[in-house]
Amino acid sequence: MAFDSFSAFLTMGGHGPYVWSSYGAFFVLMAALMIWSLRRRRAMLEACRRNFMRQGKESGRAERPAATFTRVEVSQD
Amino acid sequence: MHPIRKKRLTIVLFLLAGIGVAVGLTTYALRQNINLFYDPSQIAAGEAPHDVRIRAGGMVEKGSVVRDPDTLKVRFRVTDFQSSVPVEYTGILPDLFAEGQGVVAMGKLDAGGNFVADQVLAKHDENYMPPEVAESLKKTADGQPVANGAAQSASY
Amino acid sequence: MWQFFHKLGSPKWFYGIATRLMPWLLVIGTALLMAGIVWGLAFAPKDYLQGDSYRIIFIHVPTAFLAQSAYIMMAVAAVVTLVWRMKLADVFVKAVAPVGLVITFLSLFTGAVWGKPTWGTWWIWDARLTSMLILLFLYGGVIALDRAINDEKSAARAVAVLVLVGVVNIPIIKYSVEWWNTLHQPATFKLTEKPSMPAEMWVPLLLAVLGMYLIFGWLACVRMQTEILAREQKTRWVKDLVMAGRH
Repeated sequence: MAFDSFSAFLTMGGHGPYVWSSYGAFFVLMAALMIWSLRRRRAMLEACRRNFMRQGKESGRAERPAATFTRVEVSQD
Repeated sequence: MHPIRKKRLTIVLFLLAGIGVAVGLTTYALRQNINLFYDPSQIAAGEAPHDVRIRAGGMVEKGSVVRDPDTLKVRFRVTDFQSSVPVEYTGILPDLFAEGQGVVAMGKLDAGGNFVADQVLAKHDENYMPPEVAESLKKTADGQPVANGAAQSASY
Repeated sequence: MWQFFHKLGSPKWFYGIATRLMPWLLVIGTALLMAGIVWGLAFAPKDYLQGDSYRIIFIHVPTAFLAQSAYIMMAVAAVVTLVWRMKLADVFVKAVAPVGLVITFLSLFTGAVWGKPTWGTWWIWDARLTSMLILLFLYGGVIALDRAINDEKSAARAVAVLVLVGVVNIPIIKYSVEWWNTLHQPATFKLTEKPSMPAEMWVPLLLAVLGMYLIFGWLACVRMQTEILAREQKTRWVKDLVMAGRH
């Protein structure tokens, strides 16, 4: 250890505010950048999944009207 | 390589070379404006204008610092080991200010060749070392004063 | 070699490689960075002149190094975009520009906070600081230009030209402290020479620099994957990947 005590470590020989504010900014911004990047990727994956799901449903719905139409015809009989 | 790619690559290289030359010439023409400060030699040679706000930079000459006992006024000489310029300053000096350390002073050159500064900044070099190492280096250097001077001008 | 080059151009191939690489980059990068920072903050000896304020170097130098290296990588990618029209190169530039912006800002910010107690000023318009500020604006310009052009191909070319024009700033940053008088001191770390500090100071600094590069690699992978998904969202392989639920 280069310091005698924990409080000496925090004081940084009188330069504490300078050292800790630059390290603080570094950790906050780096963490924010990493979390933001991860969230963007997750959102993009989610958007792709929803797109494919909707496509799947739409193709399913396209078949159904034809089916109901035939059923209606049968009931009128 | 495909001829069209070769052509594109040539264009890209010409683009880079052209910009490089243009920027190189511009920065060369403006070199005195890009320099942050005048060296004491330049000031001694009369290259620095009088009565205009300029910066002067160099080492604080050893044994030249005279502090006024009543006010914050301080006088010292800034040297580049060839010429030196007397500097007058009133105010609080940075922590790193010391004899044998680099400084950059902002102010005006008066008619008598004195540099009247209104701001003094400390300049340090790229050498970092633990206090004990600096102490032992100083001891060995004091034994050989000639080597000390050479090392100082090299690090400046 | 050319086969590798073509493979590298395949977004699907890259996506898979990135997925496998990312955990390593993140774990090793974070470990190296944290080791360097803890060593530098708590165990490295203080400087004879500056005392403890010099400990800012353990984040200032890694961010400043990376800010310039990231730009050089972007410039290489820009040449590839312009000459070979490889899509992945353009994806890289777009993914990395915001990272470069944040890292350059951090290097300027930590430098300013370090400058106050050592030089006596937060900011001075010397060649090193000014050229670094220009680098920040270049990153901002790349992001803005890319957003301003809707067509993907035109945007890629315009951005590549801007990145290439800006690359002249890199030697200016590097040699500013040697070509002109500056308040900023010359580099402590050089590729060819011994660092001008003892090992108990430069080893933690080197660890932090390496850690930063690996974390940058991880960030580039995450962001490139995002951009690839956006561009390839209608393709079969993306459908398989997304529906299978493993990515």
